[in-house]
Amino acid sequence: MSDVILRLQNLETHYGKIHALRGINLIVNEGQIVTILGSNGAGKSTALKTISGLVQASAGTVEFMGQDITKELPHNIVETGLIHVPEGRRIFRDLTVQENLDLGAYTLNDDVERRKRMHHVFDMFPILKERRKQDGGTLSGGEQQMLAIGRAMMVEPKLLLLDEPSMGLAPIIVQEIMKIIRTLNKEGTTILLVEQNAKMALKLADYGYVLETGELVMEGYGTELKEDESIVKAYLGA
Amino acid sequence: MSTFDIFLQQLVNGLLLGSFYSLIALGYSMVYGIIKLLNFAHGDIYMAGAFVGLIALSFVSGIVGAGWLGILISMVFSMIAVGLLGVLIQRAAYRPLLNAPRLSILITAIGVSLVLYNSVMVLTDGEFKAFTTDLGFAGVGLGNVHITYTQIILVLATAALMISLNLFISKTKYGKAMRAIALDKDACRLMGINVNKIIAITFFIGSALAAAAGIMAGVYYGSIHFFMGFVLGLKAFTAAVIGGIGSIPGAMIGGLVLGLLEAAGTQLPFIGSEWKDVFAFSILILLLVFKPTGILGKTETERM
Repeated sequence: MSDVILRLQNLETHYGKIHALRGINLIVNEGQIVTILGSNGAGKSTALKTISGLVQASAGTVEFMGQDITKELPHNIVETGLIHVPEGRRIFRDLTVQENLDLGAYTLNDDVERRKRMHHVFDMFPILKERRKQDGGTLSGGEQQMLAIGRAMMVEPKLLLLDEPSMGLAPIIVQEIMKIIRTLNKEGTTILLVEQNAKMALKLADYGYVLETGELVMEGYGTELKEDESIVKAYLGA
Repeated sequence: MSTFDIFLQQLVNGLLLGSFYSLIALGYSMVYGIIKLLNFAHGDIYMAGAFVGLIALSFVSGIVGAGWLGILISMVFSMIAVGLLGVLIQRAAYRPLLNAPRLSILITAIGVSLVLYNSVMVLTDGEFKAFTTDLGFAGVGLGNVHITYTQIILVLATAALMISLNLFISKTKYGKAMRAIALDKDACRLMGINVNKIIAITFFIGSALAAAAGIMAGVYYGSIHFFMGFVLGLKAFTAAVIGGIGSIPGAMIGGLVLGLLEAAGTQLPFIGSEWKDVFAFSILILLLVFKPTGILGKTETERM
């Protein structure tokens, strides 16, 4: 049994009057890939935003490596090694690829270490090295997703939250992103993956949760969920 | 005087005026870039910079005189003090309203402007104050045109400040963070960037540059006044819009363009120098009609 790295307890989030998360209990073990499945508007992105501090929880706790981070500000949470790659990639379009990566390592004050990590990112994504002087906005969707993940890797995260990394990408690129996620995981990064593309998510995940209108309605090992009839029906398109 | 002499004379005038505009326009543009606020108190920050500089100079002139060394020391002091004033205003007046409707913070900026210039009016009895220095009128002659060393040094000082700012913005991590915040604040938070701290740094730099312009204007014109920031603030705002508001190189170019056009405008037939404000604001109106994004401004494009 491995160690728990992230634990959500009775987590609730409100957007004004909208009750977006209704008491979520979720555990991510170190070294795992865990996925949250759910349809549009189920609260998947809200869950990630609440964990990374962009949105404040109205009740419950977020515990990361044994520390309560529920009330922490997002920029302080980054320093603990929890990195959130948001939906839509959100790269800095008017900054070059290299500047995007530099900002990824904003919390790092060691130039030598930063260059080392950038080499690592370039090894993993040779296309980014080729385009390092180009503005982020000129990259294709797949390249932007690589840049978003590469930018997160600059922090050498312990836990990576990925929000819809396959969104709007061609199937062949989705395959590539999947490979990258697997590699990152093998290198020791724990991953919490939110996806609408349940097929992809379940291929990768050790464990999965299903979110419906702010509540977790089901959980299980990746292989179990893949065979579950209701999941197949709802998310895999029977 | 020949046409060439007039051209040269107005070129020097335009460059100097443009330098002041550029330095102030930078503050408008930087602040607009990161929090989308038209900081109408910025002209009064420039005025405050001139007064703090004058006070500092009156102290240091007793020790090192009121030559370039004294002016430099006063300028550094004023830039730091007024930079901090800018941060304080941001913290007290603007930060609580960052998530409020746009209009609230705009009206607050006008309120801050009123507070600043009325305070200085009361403190100075509304009088012009002489900005006395030891600088003479020595300089170089080009034909019939005399260019003083003071004019040359002021233009060079502006250039030095702008080059430093450019290096800061493009090379340092705080500079990169400033540009990133203008694009996407939440993404910045997720990189570990303390957004409030970067906003404070932006206000510090913008205010310090305006303070530098204030002292330079004092040195150049020889007197300062509590209302000096009003029209100059509007002109610098015009310059920022001409260059493309939110763009830092745009503010620099916009200031110089406006300064040079204004100087040229004084030479147009039937238009004397008393019409120069009309001329400047007409340029603004024409620009807003034909190229609303300014020289270097970008149209906002959305792409998924």
